[in-house]
Formats: sequence, structure tokens, C-alpha cells
Amino acid sequence: MISPAKKRKIKKTRKEITVYIVLILVAILCAGPFLWMLATSFKSGQNIYDIHIFTKHPTLSNYIGVTEFLNIPRYFGNTVIVTFFSILLDVVFSSMCAYPLASMEFKGKKVILGILLATMIIPAAAGMIINYLVITQMHLLNTYAGVVLPGAVKVFSIILLRQAYLAIPKELIEAARIDGSSELRIWRSIMVPGIMPTISTVVIFDFISKWNEFLWPVIVLQDPSKYPLATALQYLNGSFNYKFGYIAAGTIISIVPVILVFVLFQKNYIEAVSGAVKG
Amino acid sequence: MKIKGIRTVKGRQTLRAYLFMAPALILVFLFVILPIIGSLPLMFFDYSVIGKTSFIGLENFKNAFADKEFRVAMFNSILFVVVVPIIQILSIILALLVNRKMYGMTLFRTLFYIPVVTSMVAVSIIWGFLFDPSGWINTICIKLGIIQKPLGFLNDAKTAMLCIMFITIWQGIGYYMMLYLAGLQSVPKELEEASYVDGATGLQSLIKIKLPMLKPYIWFCSLNSIISALGVFDVVYVLTQGGPNDATNVINYYSYVKAFKDFQFGYAAAISGVQAAMTLVLSILVFVYGRKGGGMTYND
Repeated sequence: MISPAKKRKIKKTRKEITVYIVLILVAILCAGPFLWMLATSFKSGQNIYDIHIFTKHPTLSNYIGVTEFLNIPRYFGNTVIVTFFSILLDVVFSSMCAYPLASMEFKGKKVILGILLATMIIPAAAGMIINYLVITQMHLLNTYAGVVLPGAVKVFSIILLRQAYLAIPKELIEAARIDGSSELRIWRSIMVPGIMPTISTVVIFDFISKWNEFLWPVIVLQDPSKYPLATALQYLNGSFNYKFGYIAAGTIISIVPVILVFVLFQKNYIEAVSGAVKG
Repeated sequence: MKIKGIRTVKGRQTLRAYLFMAPALILVFLFVILPIIGSLPLMFFDYSVIGKTSFIGLENFKNAFADKEFRVAMFNSILFVVVVPIIQILSIILALLVNRKMYGMTLFRTLFYIPVVTSMVAVSIIWGFLFDPSGWINTICIKLGIIQKPLGFLNDAKTAMLCIMFITIWQGIGYYMMLYLAGLQSVPKELEEASYVDGATGLQSLIKIKLPMLKPYIWFCSLNSIISALGVFDVVYVLTQGGPNDATNVINYYSYVKAFKDFQFGYAAAISGVQAAMTLVLSILVFVYGRKGGGMTYND
């Protein structure tokens, strides 16, 4: 005789096993394509479409080949430049802009906040065209500045950082003002250190979106040697379709940094993503 | 004197505030606000790199609706919205599954989220090879006897759109799963436990408690999902360029082609305007529906 309690336990275990099976299947579907690409990047030319995932003779020839063929270090460098300056501008300018919006009284504060919030709701239907025209007018076509500037400061970052500043006690700021500290000093030595977790969130968000950006660079840059990795990869895919192993290696090189950053900072990142719904 | 003094102090503070904000506000004005203001008038001009710019009223819109390629693109985009309910249902199911207190759940959540953070170029390239006539999917299907000879999924007008939809769903599920998970974790534990004490089954507690609590999330996610479905671009750009035979030509891709291949900025802006209008109409429908269902009671 099986007791009801034991029966329930068996039922629970059975249910848990079913859940695991489903989750493992979904995990294979999600991660499988990446693992297949990774495995393929270590295969030599002939057995690329081989159905077996693992090869008996792993080789780095695709990595060496694509690096010689495409000047990967250069594209990697381009991506680092674009990503770094985008993040720098966003973090410095947004955190400066958010400070008075959170902790200073001045004329037009409500209007500016209102306009900023409105830009998050109203879409710019032909945004990319106007950006292109502005960049052309500024004579920034075919420059890194032209790639970086339009997306550099995000209203979302300003709002996020302002929210973080609001949590810093007012008394602390007032005390510093009475002590005669300049606003710049207060910002640098009280405000910014007080919102480091939020700044790191902005950095991760920007890193992932900038590292992956590929369309805007194609539009602004005429010289392919200035392309970032994602754009170069698309270019490689279009022009050298037969060198499949090269493309596999190039793809892996381009996605490893993003996956690393995500896995390292996922807790922070996911909290911010989920928090955005409530905000 | 005193009043004037206060004024100057306040005036100085205002000046300081604007100095702090100036760099960001200048960039936001140039690259965020100007595009919003400029988009609408652009739709009513004949504006291209070469040639004279002139006001042509509704001509761009008239031309668009007379343009067969545009009509196909619009139809494809509307068809594409089918992915929205599929993504939402699958991500809710997935969120319910990973919301259990079982070993290894964090690992599963991370794995499901990896497609979200990877660039669409890389994702499209990988799936492009998997869908290739000599690729993995064909090889397996042939070995299993499902098909006799390899199919060019992406080269066939009948299947190309389905592939684009599949890749979009595949990449989107992790994102929405994470949002729904946040929603599920905000369901008070006592409420759920109380329902079980009262003898509710898992399914009953799902329908009566969890789903109603998720409503604001479903509303938010569907809205976002509709906006991105009507704006689908990257996969099409990398894998099919709208082909074969316009089967995957969607409105956002067509507007890109008109703007940056043909340099007809006014016409492209008008097409984007239609896309924005479609997005607005669908968003209002979802909003009204969500309101009727009481989805707006969440005030956080």
C-alpha cells in the first residue's frame, strides 16, 4: 500500500521531471545554435555541414584565416572605440543632466522633465532620415563621431539616473551647500558616488546595445575599414558566402564579449529590465 | 535690495542648472527632439539628395498606396503581427516554468536570455546557415524521413516569411519571459497558498490568480511586442533583403530601401508615417481592450 502522502510526493517528483525535460529542450533550442556555431568554427573547410557537432580534428584555421582575411583586430578596435565613447558620453552627460533635475530648483524644470518624458512616448517616424540629414549638415559623415553622437545620450538613462539621485538624502546635499561646496563638487563627490549601481546598469545597457549596433554605422560610414564588428560581419556574410568557417569564427568573435558581459552582470541587468515595466 | 538679492541667487542657481544640463540637452535636441519634430513635415515634401525640394502635399501618400511593392510590404507587416500572441503565450508559459523553486532555475533563465543580448546580425547568420539547403535542419529532416530532398527555406516565397517569424520569436521569448517572471514574483505568496488551501488546482490558481495579476505585464509586453513586430527589420536585412519576390518585404525594410538605397527621403518618411499610424492604431486597440478587461488597475 502506498500512503497518500507518498503518492503526492511521487506525483510532485513526476511533475518536476516533466518540467526539467521541457526546460532542457527549450535550453537546447536557445543555446544549441550558438554551440553549433562554436563547434563549427573549429572545423576545417570540408566538413562544415557535417551533421556531427564535434570534430576529431579541431583546428584554429578559421580564426587565423578570418583574422588575416578581414583584419579582425581593426574591426574589434573600431567596435571598442564606438562602444567606449558612446558609453562615456551617455554616463557623463546624462548623469550631469539628471543632477539638477533631481536636486536643484530652477526655472523651467517641469517643462524640461515633461519634454524629456514626452520624447520617450512619441516615436520619431523618420528618425533615422533626420539624423542622417543632421549628421550630413554637421559634416560628420564617414566619421566615428557621426556614428557615436546620435545615439549617445539616451533620455532613458537621464530618467533612470534622476530616479537614483532622488534616493540620496536632501539633507546631505543641503549641508554641503551650506558648507560652501560648489555644485560641481557636490555632483562629483556626493551625487555620482551615491548612484554607482545605477551607473553600472547604464553602462551594461549601453554596452550591449552599442556592441550589437550595425545599421547606423553602415549608413554613416562610407569606408568599410571603419566598420564595427557587427557591421563587418554582415559585410563578410554578404560578400564571401562560401567561406563558411570564416563566418562562423567571425560570428563567435563578435558575440563572445557581449555574452561574457551579460553573464557577469546579469543580476544587475535583469533587475533593471524588469524594473522598467514598473517605472 | 533684498528681493533683488534673492532673485540673483535664484538666477545663478538656474544658470548653474542649465550649465549642467547643456551638453545632454543639446544632443537630445539635435538627435531626439529634432527627428520627432522633423519627421511629420518631411512626409509632405519631395526631398531627395539630388533635385529640388518642394512641398507636394499628400502626393507621397498617394504614390505609396498606388505602389504595389508598398502594399505588399504593408500586408506582410500586418501578417507579421501574428508573432505577437505567439511570443506572449510562449513567454508566459516559460515564465511559469522557471518561476519554480527548483535546482538550476537561474541557469535556465540565463540560457533563455542569451539570444536576447546577442546581435541580430549574428543570430540571423547562424539561423541562415541552419536553414540552408545543405544545413542542419535539412539534413536532420531528410534523415528522419520528413522530407525527401533539401528545401531552400529562405529562398522559397512560401517558407521565407515563416523563417523570419520563427527567428523573431526565438530571439524575443527570453526578453518577455524575464518581464513576466518579474510579474509572477510580485504575486503575493499568501494569495497563492491560500488558494491551494481552499482546494484550488494549479490550473485554477493560474487562471484566477496569476493571470489577472499579470494583466498589466501582458498589456505592457503586447504593446512593446506590436511596436517591434511592425518595426521588424534586422533579420530581413541580413537574411532575405525583402525577397524572394517581396515575400519578406516589410514596411520598415521598404522605408529603409527608399531612404538609403534610392535616397527618396520624403517618400520614405511617408512610408514610416504609415508604419507609425499602424502602430498607433494597434496600440490604441490593445490599450482599450486592456482597459475594458481592467488591466489598468495596477498603479505602481
